[in-house]
Amino acid sequence: MADWIISILSVTDAKAADQITYLVDSIPFAVWETIYSTVVATAFAYLIGLPLGVLLVTGEKDGIRPLSPALMQVLNVVINLLRSVPFLILMVLVMPLSRIILGTTLGTVGVLVPLTVAAFPFVARLVESSLREMDRGLIEAAQAMGCSTFQIVWKVMLPESLPSLVTGLTTAFVNILGYGAMAGAIGGGGLGSMALMRGWGRQQMIVLYTAVVVLIILVQIFQTIGTRTAIRMDRRITGKSWKAAAKILKRQAAKERRGPGAL
Amino acid sequence: MEAVLRTQALSLWYGSVQALKGVSLDVLENRVTALIGPSGCGKSTFLKTLDRMTQLIPGVRVEGEIVYRGRSIFDPAVDVTTLRRQVGMVFQKPNPFPMSIYDNVAYGPRTHGIRRHGELDAIVEKSLRQAAIWDEVKDRLKRSALSLSGGQQQRICIARALAVEPDVLLMDEATSALDPISTSKIEELIAQLRERYTIVIVTHNMQQAVRVSDQCAFFLQGELVEAGDTQGVFSAPKDPRTQNYITGRFG
Repeated sequence: MADWIISILSVTDAKAADQITYLVDSIPFAVWETIYSTVVATAFAYLIGLPLGVLLVTGEKDGIRPLSPALMQVLNVVINLLRSVPFLILMVLVMPLSRIILGTTLGTVGVLVPLTVAAFPFVARLVESSLREMDRGLIEAAQAMGCSTFQIVWKVMLPESLPSLVTGLTTAFVNILGYGAMAGAIGGGGLGSMALMRGWGRQQMIVLYTAVVVLIILVQIFQTIGTRTAIRMDRRITGKSWKAAAKILKRQAAKERRGPGAL
Repeated sequence: MEAVLRTQALSLWYGSVQALKGVSLDVLENRVTALIGPSGCGKSTFLKTLDRMTQLIPGVRVEGEIVYRGRSIFDPAVDVTTLRRQVGMVFQKPNPFPMSIYDNVAYGPRTHGIRRHGELDAIVEKSLRQAAIWDEVKDRLKRSALSLSGGQQQRICIARALAVEPDVLLMDEATSALDPISTSKIEELIAQLRERYTIVIVTHNMQQAVRVSDQCAFFLQGELVEAGDTQGVFSAPKDPRTQNYITGRFG
């Protein structure tokens, strides 16, 4: 494979040939590592962030199940605190926790804990804003039918907000992917580490650019899947033509897209 | 004529603002009672207090009594879920749940533990027929309720409320977001439903009150000014404020 690429591109430089050989050997595993750590960290971030986001909406003063204002205040402060620590610093700070939970701070597994800790407050806010978009009339109707708080959350709020939640999930996923790449700087694995350590560290520009291009392709793929899924789930617009629906969703996605690292 | 719901000296405060001032009103069985009055007069608050919906709002304080079929609804032994099954509510804006037409109507019965398919099918059909929308949706029960028009959505909401076989149906300006044709369909529906249910409607439209109601109650600034037979209230109001309102001098 590597030899074939080298001959096709008629690469003569030995260093370039080395880099291509390295890439062909390592890219599949690096991609796997990146996807693996992103998927697992996203899953854990939602495991914590989704209930937290629901709590932020239902527990507030005019929510469906108001909690003590002091508790809500604490939740908000903790979330804001975690979100305001820059990711690289947070990673270093969370290392001891990572060692306790997973026994390592290095490699793909080592970044799972910091990624989760960095992402769940962001996820909680995303979920919160998705749930806030929903029509209060529906909640009122559910209450008037005698639904319990749990039924309102599970059967009305979450299904009603599903398209928006999926759009949020995509945003979170892409952000966590970006963070995972940054984690390459302090011992993470995957494409980020490849670009930073090999590419930048040893000035192997072919490796650097290839890793970045693969990252971009990954982001594009996941963003597209997410947006399409959100459209398909949106029962309000599936009645209309698919194209009209795509236009609405694209406008939404453009609004929600954030700059890199703006978690 | 038996009073299904009887309020006695009902007062309600939102924080320090008093929204209801000692309202005493009897809601008669199998009659349509219309609550009329200008915006902010307390008629919607009154309606929502009848199934304890106002109590969900923080800072609300209630005094007085609401008796439903001989029992206070504020009795600690009264289960709110049961109360709201007996006293159903339809809102101003059509608000079907984000699910299929079938699931919307089956929602209440399912919540109350009915799981068997045959039984649910029967309830859904019966409720949709009662809400006069069966013929329009019978071939697309699996379609999302949100794909229907506003008037149809409102009738789905009525079917949803009927599916739990309530005793009383509260309608909070149920036609004010609808076009005239949908409105007249809902009005016809109310006329049919009064044979089986006790209905209380809030309306801004005085012609509507005359058309559909048997009893009428006029609210002003949280006070019940006048209540009685609709024909009587509109043809020979006892209070000059009622006279002014129904002749369109304010509100």
